[in-house]
Amino acid sequence: MGETIFTLHEFMLQTETITYIIVAISFFVILFFWIFLTKLDGE
Amino acid sequence: MPKEATTANRSFSNSFGYAAEELSKTFLSPLGIVAGIIVILGLIITVLRFTGGLAAVTNLSDYNPWGIWIGFDLLTGVALAAGGFVTSAAVYIFGMKKYHSAVRPAVLTGFLGYVLVVVALHYDVGRPWRLPYPFILQQGTTSILFEVGACVALYLTVLFLEFCPAALEWLGLKKVRDLVIKLTMVLTIFGVILSTLHQSSLGALFLIARSKLHPLWYSSYLPVFFFISSIIAGLSMVIFESTLSHRYFLHKMDAAHLDEREGVTLGFGKAASFVLAGYFIVKVIGISEGNHWHLLATPYGIWFLVELFVFVALPCYLYAIGTRDKNQRLIKFTAVWTVLGVVLNRLNVSLVAFNWHLPAADRYFPHWMEIAISIFLVTVGIIAFRVIVSVMPIFYEHPDFRKNH
Repeated sequence: MGETIFTLHEFMLQTETITYIIVAISFFVILFFWIFLTKLDGE
Repeated sequence: MPKEATTANRSFSNSFGYAAEELSKTFLSPLGIVAGIIVILGLIITVLRFTGGLAAVTNLSDYNPWGIWIGFDLLTGVALAAGGFVTSAAVYIFGMKKYHSAVRPAVLTGFLGYVLVVVALHYDVGRPWRLPYPFILQQGTTSILFEVGACVALYLTVLFLEFCPAALEWLGLKKVRDLVIKLTMVLTIFGVILSTLHQSSLGALFLIARSKLHPLWYSSYLPVFFFISSIIAGLSMVIFESTLSHRYFLHKMDAAHLDEREGVTLGFGKAASFVLAGYFIVKVIGISEGNHWHLLATPYGIWFLVELFVFVALPCYLYAIGTRDKNQRLIKFTAVWTVLGVVLNRLNVSLVAFNWHLPAADRYFPHWMEIAISIFLVTVGIIAFRVIVSVMPIFYEHPDFRKNH
């Protein structure tokens, strides 16, 4: 702890917070992808 | 009268005679002759393997005890045979009756796939008479390998029972057939449970090899990766098998089969697209969870990204586009591409990224006879499929059992 993070690469190396961000983004992505795929049935 | 109807209406002996005539034509074709040569060569190498041991026909060593007979024949074979449980679950558990015509071909493919997996295992392990040992002498119930063995043995039995109605209809054994049909739902549920267990456990086998498997492929989520990718492989294999069947066995298919065919391709393509999207996400989460971002800039990292983007993200996109545009051709192409992706993934985990730290001289590359045996087993599977669909009601409903499925 206490190290300064200058780049995204360092951020990724030094924290796993990114995992939670990816999980949250993925949730919305997969939801919209599902809507996109199932919407095709209606069309 | 349509040709498929004439095929179905023949009696057992006549249909066998008709099939024998048809098969003799197939086996005397150029492709049939090539298959015959492969089988003869395979039998010769089989004798060499079981008389001279592993050293006579393989490049296996203490560093690399698992070669392509495990990496390709077993890991890939089990994944590609997942079409049976995926299709049965869709039709009988989720009630998607519009895919009913795909069940028998998928179950047959799965059954033959698992039979060949067990046969391939004999080549690697040797001493076939010791196959029941884990169940009789040493259970080793805490071993993942035992769980895989038990599940494969049980699931092979389930697949055999699921396949039985076609054989019993062909033999005209109505009472036994009706009895087995009553077990369909129970067998499907068993099939899903057993497949979930052993598909994931095949990935879990590598959890013990943390120091040997490259960190990008190693993850505590390996069982999840293997299970999800097996669903993708199953869905894609059903489309791939349906494409080949339509090309070579069109005259065997009845009207119901032909009517449902396009719907199967579109429906399974859509499902595969969605599952591929989920698989892509969990693979990225796997990198993040292991904090291995920096490894992506290495040669292994680039290879990992090729697998992830070219064989996961790209087919996901192509399936979605194919489904949107109802482009059957694109979906069929994507199915082949996806199957190749699953094969690549299994080979990466078991061979390419395994023992990655060893010097090049100690790395494993399969002996030509190992490759020949793998080709031999695939050829035997194709021949068996060809023979079975020629004589049994796989692509059509038997006239004596119509409206009785």
